[in-house]
Amino acid sequence: MNPPPFSLSPLGRRRQRQERLAQGVLAGMVLALVLPLLALVGYLLVKGAPLLSWSFLTTNPTQGMRAGGIWPALLGTIYLVVMALIVATPVGVLCAIYLNEYARETWLTRLIHLAVVNLAGVPSIVHALFGLGAFVLFAGLGRSILAASLTLAIMTLPVIITSTREALAAVPMAFREACWNVGASRWQTIRHVVLPNAVSGILTGVILQVSRTAGETAPIMFTGAVFYKKIAAGDLFAYSLRDQCMALSMHLYTVTTQVTNAPEALPYAIAVVLLVAVLAVNALAIALRVRLRTRKKW
Amino acid sequence: MDAPEYSITTRGLNLWYGQFQALVDVSLDIPARRITALIGPSGCGKTTLLRCFNRINERLGYVTTRGEIHVLGRNIYAPDVSLLELRKAVGMVFQRPNPLPLSVYENVVFGLRLHHRRGELPRARLDAAVEQALREVGLWNDLKDRLDTPATRLQLEQQQKLCIARLLPLKPQVILMDEPCSALDVNGTRAIEELLFALREHYTLVVVTHNMAQARRASDECIFMLLGRVIEHRRTEDLFLNPRRPETAEYIEGRYG
Repeated sequence: MNPPPFSLSPLGRRRQRQERLAQGVLAGMVLALVLPLLALVGYLLVKGAPLLSWSFLTTNPTQGMRAGGIWPALLGTIYLVVMALIVATPVGVLCAIYLNEYARETWLTRLIHLAVVNLAGVPSIVHALFGLGAFVLFAGLGRSILAASLTLAIMTLPVIITSTREALAAVPMAFREACWNVGASRWQTIRHVVLPNAVSGILTGVILQVSRTAGETAPIMFTGAVFYKKIAAGDLFAYSLRDQCMALSMHLYTVTTQVTNAPEALPYAIAVVLLVAVLAVNALAIALRVRLRTRKKW
Repeated sequence: MDAPEYSITTRGLNLWYGQFQALVDVSLDIPARRITALIGPSGCGKTTLLRCFNRINERLGYVTTRGEIHVLGRNIYAPDVSLLELRKAVGMVFQRPNPLPLSVYENVVFGLRLHHRRGELPRARLDAAVEQALREVGLWNDLKDRLDTPATRLQLEQQQKLCIARLLPLKPQVILMDEPCSALDVNGTRAIEELLFALREHYTLVVVTHNMAQARRASDECIFMLLGRVIEHRRTEDLFLNPRRPETAEYIEGRYG
């Protein structure tokens, strides 16, 4: 007797089992990624909660960093990140514009591209040594916020170049051709058409570098960050660029490894501050991207 | 008819993409204020040739060009030719409409804004340019109340007409079109073809087309190319009625394509 039409064949049953298996495994992997992340954030929050308060953010550490707040480290991180991006963003974006819009495809530009990609893969401790040699010693900046943020800038530069190039390459070629065919110069094309349409991608790439810069310890350890420095609590301009500074990532390292009898909650609280700050900046990047994308008209 | 006046002349034009020779010894005279169609099978070099006329090919670093192209009597490969001025005079329309992601209005005045200082462009002058250009391509009645809509939201046919309109405020002499109808439906194609005839009065039109029927309907002269060479260049009706070369005959009968 023939089965009725459209009923499942034995092979079909096997394919159905495979389908379920594939879906299960793939969804499981997503869970395996998301759950630990949530667990981590939750764990940090619970452990750090006793210390988290407004004054924790805005006061100096006391009693050999066993009590008090983290103000110098928080402000130091802000200084380092802002300075690093102020330096790296224009250089990186302009460099990417040249590479993507002006430079012709030759062995030299391919070599530069390769160098940029490889530079992005250099371990941060190597950048630290470079910063120590180039900025602290050779340029005579000494161990300072300036030297440390320049080191961080060098470290983020290749990533900014790469993400900016991707954002520029995503602007359709047809727009550029349309411009050239009414006699626009390269620069006019870039300014009137390419940049306005790439700016959301460029900004996202830059802002995502904030989290990376804020989290790095190695490059600043040799070039400008210190264990402890007392500054005017709550004063946003407490550091000058030639000062050394504290930084959140470094502070976290210090209180976990160098300070005996620190309260258990302290490192967790520092980690929460670092994490929340980074998440907030990334959320800003996403919001910005969504906003700019809805303004795009193609 | 008075003696033909030529907008574009090429002499011994050769072009290589790297090692590959895409144009071989092309010598042509393209008459002013006529529609000249470039036909031939895929890869015969017709688009390459078209892209030589405003030197848009050169962006690709591996292109080598030999020979001469005179546009409006000037050798465009002369060292002191300004690419920007050349492209202002020789506009191009592409296969896929490529309006800029701006409003209809800004698309039309885009060229003017590029070539003039801000102070030279009072609102009235821009408005007049928009109206004139849109009237010339037959879009004014449809769009006069929607000049602020993003150009990318228009229908494809309107987008393509807008791309033509975008060239007009710069008063070009030559308009190059690379398969301007291939993204359009039958009605869109007819509308663009009618537009070609209207534009012929003031502009020299060079149109690449894959569509034999279109070349036959909508051109005055026809150039048949094969493997980078010009095989036959004659008045359209002559070329289609009694082609001189066997290759042309075979192609227009549809034996290869």
